[in-house]
Amino acid sequence: MRFNPALTSVFGRKMVPMSLNVETRAPVVLPDPEPLRLIDDTGRAVPVKRRQGFELPSDERLLELYRAMVVARRWDTQVTALTRQGRLATYPSALGQEATEIGSVLALEKTDWLFPTYRDSIALMTRGINPVEILSGFRGDWHSGWDPHAHRTSTQSTPLATQALHAVGMGMAAKLRGDSVATLTFVGDGATSEGDTHEAFNFAGVWQTPTVFIIQNNQFAISVPLAKQTRARTLADRAIGYGVPGYYVDGNDAAAVHAIVTAALDRARSGDGPTIIECVTYRIEAHTNSDDPSRYRSSSDVTEWKSRDPLERLEKYLVSQKMLTDAVRESINTDAEKMAELTRDEMNAEVSHDPMELFENVYAAERPGLREQRDFLAAEIAAEAAAAVGSGVAS
Amino acid sequence: MAGALNAALRDELAADPNVVVFGEDVGPLGGVFRVTDGLHAEFGEARVWDSPLAESGIVGTAIGMAMYGLRPVVEMQFDAFSYPAFEQIVSHVAKMRNRTRGRVTLPLVIRIPCAGGIGGVEHHSDSSEAYWTHTPGLTVVTPSNPADAYSMLREAIRSDDPVIFMEPKSRYWAKAAVELPVQTEPFDRAVVVREGTDVTLIAYGPTVKTALETADLASEEDLSVEVIDLRSLSPFDDETVGASVRKTHRAAVLHEAAQFSGYGAEVAARVTEREFYHLAAPILRITGFDIPYPSPKLEEFYLPTPERILNALGTWEWEA
Repeated sequence: MRFNPALTSVFGRKMVPMSLNVETRAPVVLPDPEPLRLIDDTGRAVPVKRRQGFELPSDERLLELYRAMVVARRWDTQVTALTRQGRLATYPSALGQEATEIGSVLALEKTDWLFPTYRDSIALMTRGINPVEILSGFRGDWHSGWDPHAHRTSTQSTPLATQALHAVGMGMAAKLRGDSVATLTFVGDGATSEGDTHEAFNFAGVWQTPTVFIIQNNQFAISVPLAKQTRARTLADRAIGYGVPGYYVDGNDAAAVHAIVTAALDRARSGDGPTIIECVTYRIEAHTNSDDPSRYRSSSDVTEWKSRDPLERLEKYLVSQKMLTDAVRESINTDAEKMAELTRDEMNAEVSHDPMELFENVYAAERPGLREQRDFLAAEIAAEAAAAVGSGVAS
Repeated sequence: MAGALNAALRDELAADPNVVVFGEDVGPLGGVFRVTDGLHAEFGEARVWDSPLAESGIVGTAIGMAMYGLRPVVEMQFDAFSYPAFEQIVSHVAKMRNRTRGRVTLPLVIRIPCAGGIGGVEHHSDSSEAYWTHTPGLTVVTPSNPADAYSMLREAIRSDDPVIFMEPKSRYWAKAAVELPVQTEPFDRAVVVREGTDVTLIAYGPTVKTALETADLASEEDLSVEVIDLRSLSPFDDETVGASVRKTHRAAVLHEAAQFSGYGAEVAARVTEREFYHLAAPILRITGFDIPYPSPKLEEFYLPTPERILNALGTWEWEA
């Protein structure tokens, strides 16, 4: 192993020795073609022998997941409505994907980092980011609204799969510093065709970074179905080629998603490397408000997937466990309505924008050339204001 | 110059535990140009390592590391091999700070051996600076001599802005007696490397040497040439260039890259806008032709030479 023991204290703490040699290659197998499921379509717990060794999360945990999923769906629906009302420029909904989004994000520790895409707003909301900050980009106020360091959550990546490499890099940095931090990233089914997905899987495998990849297979890349992205049996099959464990999961089963992502994150934090998890789900809404799904899929498909609704499934299970009393339902609905109301109010409030901010934060260092352009815009704005006053437009 | 770059990396690795160096062949081999020679042995696998062979992956992972507080210095091996990383550089490296309202800084350095003149086969001699300088958010610098190479690389690593650090390959073997550590001018300043009174030659990277040779040749014809080494392509030092042009009233800009939409167009437009009434003649661009970079046996016809530059200056109308 090419590792200098003298350097174990470079960062003032023990570093995990890194080897790029062959002996670290782990034996991995193809994922089970039967998606991992812990609660079935009818809301019943799957028999232990079909759980691939994973345990059903506790009823309390499942209730927590359910609560967050109900709040997320109400919120997502509210944001779509606000978009139709013209309050947002666009909004990519995750309706129907709550089990994958919430099941994954609630498995994260506060110290872990999340690298989301534009589709994952409900995951950010569940992570505790203020709705207005999440929607800043979609409303058009500023490209990204929150402090990534405060929430350990990077910006919503629009260029497909690019964020997966950031997750791997940060995982590598955490590993080099000896920190017990995992990184998690979402990648869509379409994005698995991008080169960056391959590079991220491969770098994570070679470097054994503490990274969990969630391939959120919602069946469509805007209009293009999965069959036009891959000839592979499952997207999780790719994992074996990277020497990384891969799992094929029912993405509408919050219990399964949560169990497997929790296990993968634990594995990552203990230094055992990355995991690739494909969650099979369905995008019930259009790609965004400007999309027309009737051109590429039949409404009967949507109806069929609606019958596999992730919320209803978990609800049935929780009812069977007598966890969903009227009082609990009421408190969940109150939470959901509160979040929707807060978002409505805040998104309906007028926001002022400072055009001078355009020139801030392009560089850390001051640039004379940019200062000239800032002064030019300021003078232009001042002249317009003065002209408006002069012509009596302003009272 | 390769040795000066090597020393800069070594000194920064020693000075700051957050500095890491990775890329293709930068480990035990020491890089194809030996710029990272000995660093792997000295600092170990956790500070200097070979990555998988994928440039988008190299830059993309460097972004995540920089977000975590490291200061990655990555190598693209050759100019044309940086193109797979184009998306990561343009869409994330350049924009992350602005996108997050200054909350995320990306202190990373992307070293790119650039330009031709070394008999390289196809894809080994590109001058891709205009792609980077056209991208707001990037700082683009290029040293032309060993002292600057050392000083500017250390400054680039310490910068909180992401820096594209373009290393002219033809200058890797340039020798100079330099006592290290050396600190030259701040890297956003252009420097007058030779004073003159009749013409300002604006050069950078590999063409600084060509410009100095031109100045020698010109002096034999009683033409006094001032040579400016821009050092920084973005930002551009209007002050130093402007002062020179106000003195000489004539300027030409040199580069190896193709002319059309090249960096020289920006320089010519910019200086003309600011100094038009001081100019006695239009600003010339003496550059590569608008063709793909030629194969080794033809590159001598492509690269601007002192003779070609002098001839170009002769096309101006001069007072008798």
